[in-house]
Amino acid sequence: MATAAELSPMTPAPFRVVSRRRETSDTFTFELEPAGGAAVRPRPGQFTMLYVLGVGEVPISFSGVTDGPLVHTVRAVGAVTEAICALEPGGVLGVRGPFGNCWPIEEAAGGDVVVVAGGIGLAPLRPVLQHALANRSRYGDVVLDYGGRTPQDLLFREELAQLGRRTDLQVDVTVDTAAGDWRGRVGVVPKLVADARFDPAAATAFVCGPEIMMRFTVEALLERGVAPERIHLSMERNMQCGLGHCGHCQLGPTLICRDGPVYRYDELEPLLEVREL
Amino acid sequence: METIAGILSGVPLFDGLDESRLELIAGCGSNCGFDVDEYLFREGEPAATFFLIRRGDVALELFAPPRGAVTIETLQAGEVVGWSWLFAPYTWHFDARAVSPVRAVAFDGGCLRGKCGDDPALGYDLMSRFAQVMIERLQMTRLRLLDVYGNGG
Amino acid sequence: MIGPSALDDLVGGLSERGYRVVGPTVRDGAIVYDDLETAAELPVGVTEVQEAATYRLEQRDDDARFGFAVGPHSWKQFLLPARVRLWRAKRTGDGFDVTEEEPPDRPLALLGVRACELHAIEIQDRVLVGGRYVDHDYASRRDGMFIVAVNCFEPGGTCFCVSMDTGPRVREGFDLALTEILDGEHRFLVEVGSERGAELLAALERRPATAGDLACADAAVTGAAERMGRRLDVEDIRDLLVRTREHERWDDVASRCLTCGNCTQVCPTCFCTSVEDVSDLTGETAERVRLWDSCFSVEYSHIHGGSIRPGARSRYRQWLTHKFGTWIDQFGSSGCVGCGRCITWCPVGIDVTEELAALRESEG
Repeated sequence: MATAAELSPMTPAPFRVVSRRRETSDTFTFELEPAGGAAVRPRPGQFTMLYVLGVGEVPISFSGVTDGPLVHTVRAVGAVTEAICALEPGGVLGVRGPFGNCWPIEEAAGGDVVVVAGGIGLAPLRPVLQHALANRSRYGDVVLDYGGRTPQDLLFREELAQLGRRTDLQVDVTVDTAAGDWRGRVGVVPKLVADARFDPAAATAFVCGPEIMMRFTVEALLERGVAPERIHLSMERNMQCGLGHCGHCQLGPTLICRDGPVYRYDELEPLLEVREL
Repeated sequence: METIAGILSGVPLFDGLDESRLELIAGCGSNCGFDVDEYLFREGEPAATFFLIRRGDVALELFAPPRGAVTIETLQAGEVVGWSWLFAPYTWHFDARAVSPVRAVAFDGGCLRGKCGDDPALGYDLMSRFAQVMIERLQMTRLRLLDVYGNGG
Repeated sequence: MIGPSALDDLVGGLSERGYRVVGPTVRDGAIVYDDLETAAELPVGVTEVQEAATYRLEQRDDDARFGFAVGPHSWKQFLLPARVRLWRAKRTGDGFDVTEEEPPDRPLALLGVRACELHAIEIQDRVLVGGRYVDHDYASRRDGMFIVAVNCFEPGGTCFCVSMDTGPRVREGFDLALTEILDGEHRFLVEVGSERGAELLAALERRPATAGDLACADAAVTGAAERMGRRLDVEDIRDLLVRTREHERWDDVASRCLTCGNCTQVCPTCFCTSVEDVSDLTGETAERVRLWDSCFSVEYSHIHGGSIRPGARSRYRQWLTHKFGTWIDQFGSSGCVGCGRCITWCPVGIDVTEELAALRESEG
């Protein structure tokens, strides 16, 4: 009988849903535990391939550091993610991975950390924040700039409220539109970056969100004087295998599943300039 | 206590204006404050005054039935609220409400228009500065139009 | 040296040793790769006439067994089958059980592998078993594979292996290599590339090669090298393709390209696959199937919200710049072996050597 080590990397391992928390109307955070096999411990920035029996598989970034369960935040936008979001505690998912590279958080040590997220992009960045706060003395100013569609679409709202009360962290949130009872900002994420308090000469930025939001955020970071090689983005393309075998996730000379999903902006910039690359 | 001209000199909108021009503009301004949920102005009212926020947050709102009041943008310290005072019919196109306690400088639009009439060069300079603000706000609005966090992207 | 009749013993010998022998044979007006039971099934006295968007067979005036180049098939159909089930899963009380597919019951023996094809296999090896993860299915088919290579003496009309430095002479990676000699007595020079190759040869009727034999064999292959159908300047090609990413030539080729994907299908190095997850009506059992995919399909680059490459221009550019340029960044070698299949089998005759030359010329 094949041991786990001999199993093909295309074969998923069964995991059970331990908890399910609704974040917004279409987004849920799951804690998963292996149904008998080995634990999977991704590092911040990495993703796993989540599988629903007979429906399909999708790449989902890991969204929370814990001492046990595997945490993923999933938005229901297609057949597979809808099937995942319908799972209750006890439900079963297949997991392959973790794959990809990581956010280079250690590189930011001794300086300021600027985390900029848009929409579901906050999920892959949450482990960066958790790491920075767990090792707070290693970093200078820590900033979270986060934008969403409306107040109801913001992720991790309770946690954001708690983080907002800390004095060792700047949290600024904005939405595209809001009803009159919203007391926060309405506007775009790049504006948060323009107003944030940090030292550009000593800052490392971690950015994740829709590609156009990342583009304008990078513009705002560069305008503040953050060095291009200290800006890191998480990129997304169609993924079928996660192993570097299926060819789909190519981004110019790189494979996102192997050379990404985290990229340094100065290396990425020439690729972003070419439309439909 | 800081003079109004002194306040203006520290604000990005008036950055680089010489002292005499700053005094001219300051002559049309006075300090004011708003409590939480107090309106600076409302849609349809005459746009007689515009405001420079010194402290606090202001929400620009449109009343859109049946949704009620929708916040279309929020502005922070150092930003100017309103440019309808620049163009006839000098009427506000939206509501502006304080979402936190606000300290501001209120400018008499008619007074400032008069001074620009007397000194066209000042008028051109001010117009350029306001145009820059409008361009930035327009670009941000266009970005939000894309609805990047929506289902399509 | 062996004679043509020894080829039957060669095929028989491989079968007896438990191999599944596959090689060239004529079917449906083309030379394809299929299971062989005897050497009589080889394309005896047949040759191919190939040009852009043109392929037909013609009779030769001799009985050459390998008097042709390469047809629409490549060996990847055996190593990376177009459709293969990877595993089956069955729902259980607290999860699911996965049963991976068994490896094939017999190792493969490829008869008639050209130098360009040997390189193509090596290129796919790098992608599928040479990286961090090993493709188990590919590895199981690749394991123990016996290769009888063939040196070309009859290049195809679209061949450019000389430009890609992949042929026509085979260099390494084979168990036995044959060079067919038609000058004088019809015979084959056999080179041994491995111990099991030597072992199989020892079972055949043979005689030692003379200096004359060696000279004839050499002349045949050298002659092939001099009659290439195409040429390609590969100097600095990776950077050339980076510099010309927005060149108007891409619009030109896009106006001709049907995005039919024939090129990716016949190309011996194209490896892109997609995955299909299916279940039965009860949802209790499921399976994962791996299928050939092509970067020419719109869905290939689809992510939530749309396709990154919606038009022919960006899709053709992706294929060509990957094959000759970014493949080098990703896997350390070119992705092209100069076999010319993409030129022959493109229904509108798009010629990669012509497209690349146009890009190069435009730089002046």
